[in-house]
Amino acid sequence: MHSCADNLVTDTPDDEFECVAHRPNSMSDKPLHYCPGCTHGIIHRLVGEMVDEFGLLDRTVGICPVGCAVFAYEYFEFDSIEASHGRAPAVATAVKRADPRRFVFTYQGDGDLAAIGTAETVHAAARGERITVFFVNNGIYGMTGGQMAPTSLPGQKTTTSPGGRDPALTGHPIAVCEMLSTLPGVAFAARVPLTSPKNVNLARRYMRKAIRAQLENIGYGIVEFLSTCPVQWGLTPIAAMKHIDADVIKVYPPGVFVDRVPDARAAPVGAETDAGSST
Amino acid sequence: MPVWSVRSERCKGCRLCVEFCPRHCLEISNELNAIGYYPARMHDAGKCTSCALCADMCPEAGIIVVRRKRKKKT
Ligand SMILES: Cc1ncc(C[n+]2csc(CCOP(=O)(O)OP(=O)(O)O)c2C)c(N)n1
Ligand code: SF4
Ligand SMILES: [Mg+2]
Repeated sequence: MHSCADNLVTDTPDDEFECVAHRPNSMSDKPLHYCPGCTHGIIHRLVGEMVDEFGLLDRTVGICPVGCAVFAYEYFEFDSIEASHGRAPAVATAVKRADPRRFVFTYQGDGDLAAIGTAETVHAAARGERITVFFVNNGIYGMTGGQMAPTSLPGQKTTTSPGGRDPALTGHPIAVCEMLSTLPGVAFAARVPLTSPKNVNLARRYMRKAIRAQLENIGYGIVEFLSTCPVQWGLTPIAAMKHIDADVIKVYPPGVFVDRVPDARAAPVGAETDAGSST
Repeated sequence: MPVWSVRSERCKGCRLCVEFCPRHCLEISNELNAIGYYPARMHDAGKCTSCALCADMCPEAGIIVVRRKRKKKT
């Protein structure tokens, strides 16, 4: 538990204060190893917040990727499995089918999800697996030293495209949400740039739906976070966010691509009336 | 007055909280922490409204914001 009282000294009784922000209880107390300002840390916190909010700590299994988030399991209090590179959707499928009461999510980078793991990703979505995918798209292989990914922007300079990505040679970026949105198994797919508190809040809204797609047995849910890799992009954390808002969203338009999850508040009221009147 | 704290021994000085604080109450300290970064700190607590937008942007999950409970409307 990361309670506010442990961290703050006040001489006023506790019941007069409320905590409006603190480390989620589903997160461990270990310091994160990410580079300064990297959005991986923000997404970890959002995952922890969601597990807290839905009360899923006891039945969550997180499937961790290969990439900078390879140690993600260190930062959470729930159970996790480390999948080999790109295979997280296959591992998640196994866990979810073996024990459908579990909440199972994968946490994957773009090199993991859209390069080596493209087949696993597409087929898990095509089968409509009841899993939730948190997709950290920073358009680069962060961990291994900033090589070009299938998601890198045209013209983007990386260690393996020093003159800028040339689509004539290496193709155009893969837009994962658009690609998966043609599959009937997908219940929720949305993309959000993590570039402001407003967008962080929007990310929470999308994550709730992607989680409910699984918990309410509707289908596969994915949230794509347009994320920064300040170090491998060679930008400050703030300049990296500005780059997303100015350039990345032109290639990857934010928005909701599939939404077959009923709105949380409106649904139960209507459902009750229907049930009552139909007999 | 709201109470704001950051785990300054973990802060990597990325400046995101400083940038996104709508009231400009935060700044980067001029003293290095043990892991070699200049951490963020509060410099104008009087202006802080406990909106917690800084905490939304903190990649270290290191900011805590506490405020006096609002009186319930009856
Ligand atoms: C089977 C296999 N092939 C290649 C690698 C090398 N490798 C490690 S991380 C990585 C790319 C990670 O990129 P991404 O998924 O985008 O994560 P990021 O670090 O950007 O968050 C690669 C190719 C590996 N570990 N295993
Ligand atoms: S290399 Fe990039 S993605 Fe990896 S921790 Fe550093 S900033 Fe984040
Ligand atoms: Mg990446």
